[in-house]
Amino acid sequence: MSAAVEDARGMGGTAAATASAAATLELSGIRASYGDFQALFGVDLHVAPGEAVGVVGPNGAGKTTLLRVISGLLRPTAGTLRYGGQDLTAVPAHALPSLGIAHVPENRRLFPHLTVEENLKVGAYSRSARARFAERRDYVFTLFPRLRERRHQLAGTLSGGEQQMCAIGRALMSGPRILLLDEPSAGLAPIVVQQVFALVRRIREEGLTVLIVEQNVAQVLRVVDRAYVLETGRVAAEGSSAALAADPAIRRSYLGMH
Amino acid sequence: MDPFFLEALVNGVLLGGVFALPVLGLNLVFGVVDVIWLCYAELVMVGMYAVWFLYTQAGWPLAAAFAACLPIVAALGVLLHVLVVRPLLHAPPINQVLATGGVLFVLQGAATLVFSTDFRSLGVEMPPMEVGEVFISGTKLAAFLAALAGAAALWAFLKFTYVGTAIRAIARDREIMPLMGVDPRRIYLITSAVGGTLAGFAACLLVVQLDVHPFVGLSFGPITFMICVMGGLGNMLGGFLAAFLMGLIVSVGGFWWNTEMSYVVAFVFFIVVIFLRPRGLFAR
Repeated sequence: MSAAVEDARGMGGTAAATASAAATLELSGIRASYGDFQALFGVDLHVAPGEAVGVVGPNGAGKTTLLRVISGLLRPTAGTLRYGGQDLTAVPAHALPSLGIAHVPENRRLFPHLTVEENLKVGAYSRSARARFAERRDYVFTLFPRLRERRHQLAGTLSGGEQQMCAIGRALMSGPRILLLDEPSAGLAPIVVQQVFALVRRIREEGLTVLIVEQNVAQVLRVVDRAYVLETGRVAAEGSSAALAADPAIRRSYLGMH
Repeated sequence: MDPFFLEALVNGVLLGGVFALPVLGLNLVFGVVDVIWLCYAELVMVGMYAVWFLYTQAGWPLAAAFAACLPIVAALGVLLHVLVVRPLLHAPPINQVLATGGVLFVLQGAATLVFSTDFRSLGVEMPPMEVGEVFISGTKLAAFLAALAGAAALWAFLKFTYVGTAIRAIARDREIMPLMGVDPRRIYLITSAVGGTLAGFAACLLVVQLDVHPFVGLSFGPITFMICVMGGLGNMLGGFLAAFLMGLIVSVGGFWWNTEMSYVVAFVFFIVVIFLRPRGLFAR
């Protein structure tokens, strides 16, 4: 193994060390609306450092809205949102990456006309991230060697799985302690879905805290420690992955079993 | 080949270079902020007056007047954004056009009040050069080379800096930019400053070729917009290429007919292009 890879591993270790010192994300009584349409009706949720937590539920349950509230794209109309005791509702969205929160949006939302490396560069926009651009880019390339091969290729020409790698890589460029993933498996072929969940597992092993929203309940329960079931903007159930996977109601509604 | 025709071709390319800068500036602002600065040519006009005033009235060296022109018009671009564009960012496009169009008349009126409608000239001319049988105006050649250097500098800024990369990114997806740690409001401000700087740069190149008067914007403003639309609004490379195409059409049209007719030819060409390719010559 090359020295560069060793270094990157070492950095992964540092990320783990920071993650263990990292903060808990806490939502309580979160309500949110789009105009007259209320999407969240008092959601309580927490993610402890080093945990991987899933949010599952049907289409339109408010899963994406929940992540948008956490990353500041949508302001809650009520409730508290704290990260390590700091009130996030007063922090502008663009300041969150510097606080260690990164969000991989639904449908990846890469910049298709920029190269892979330029996408990573946009992800490293914040002042603190710029100084560590080369180091983190090499770390991302070590995690996803395919991206290194395609670093000068336009992101729009990548395959679905590669685009997801690039989107996650872009989020990692800010050096996050917690990663919010919105439907990473959406729109991908089944074989690629497997690869994406392998990526998520890989990121966990790097010591990152993960909050993942998914419709693919069976898959996500294998990756996370705990999960919340969101239905029409409310938490309908929560528990460890094992408990949820064994719950007859969940099995019936989400796992297609009887 | 007829040396006069060759001369028309060369002049067309040189003219295209001068068109290119305001086209790039307009396209940049439109691509990022999504608002058309209808008063763009009038920003250039203010820059031309700034150079004229500093050089002929205040007695500054020409280079210093040029150097001062860039930040002056950049500041004007920022002011335009903060005072006029930002409050209308979410307004219907027609309101934005009316507002920046209103600024056009305000700037023309202010220039008339301060400087009157007299034509002002720098009185600077570089000696012409003779290449083979073709005479090339030294002033036009210098302006052309400076325009290319300006375009190259803009390209390098957009390609290699963090802010430039973010500017190219935001033109495609503004909603997720905060997730990248980018404050769109700041990017809009920077873009407006860069757009103003390009107008100031264009002013330096035009003031050595044209007399300044409050309505000088009319002599290159409309064609600048035509070029932008022809290249595809917001498409920097398309606009850059279209600038040279238009320069050639105006110049060769002037050679075959006369200068007045050349602009008619340019307009007819524009109408045909828009009819055949409504999204611009270089739309993908």
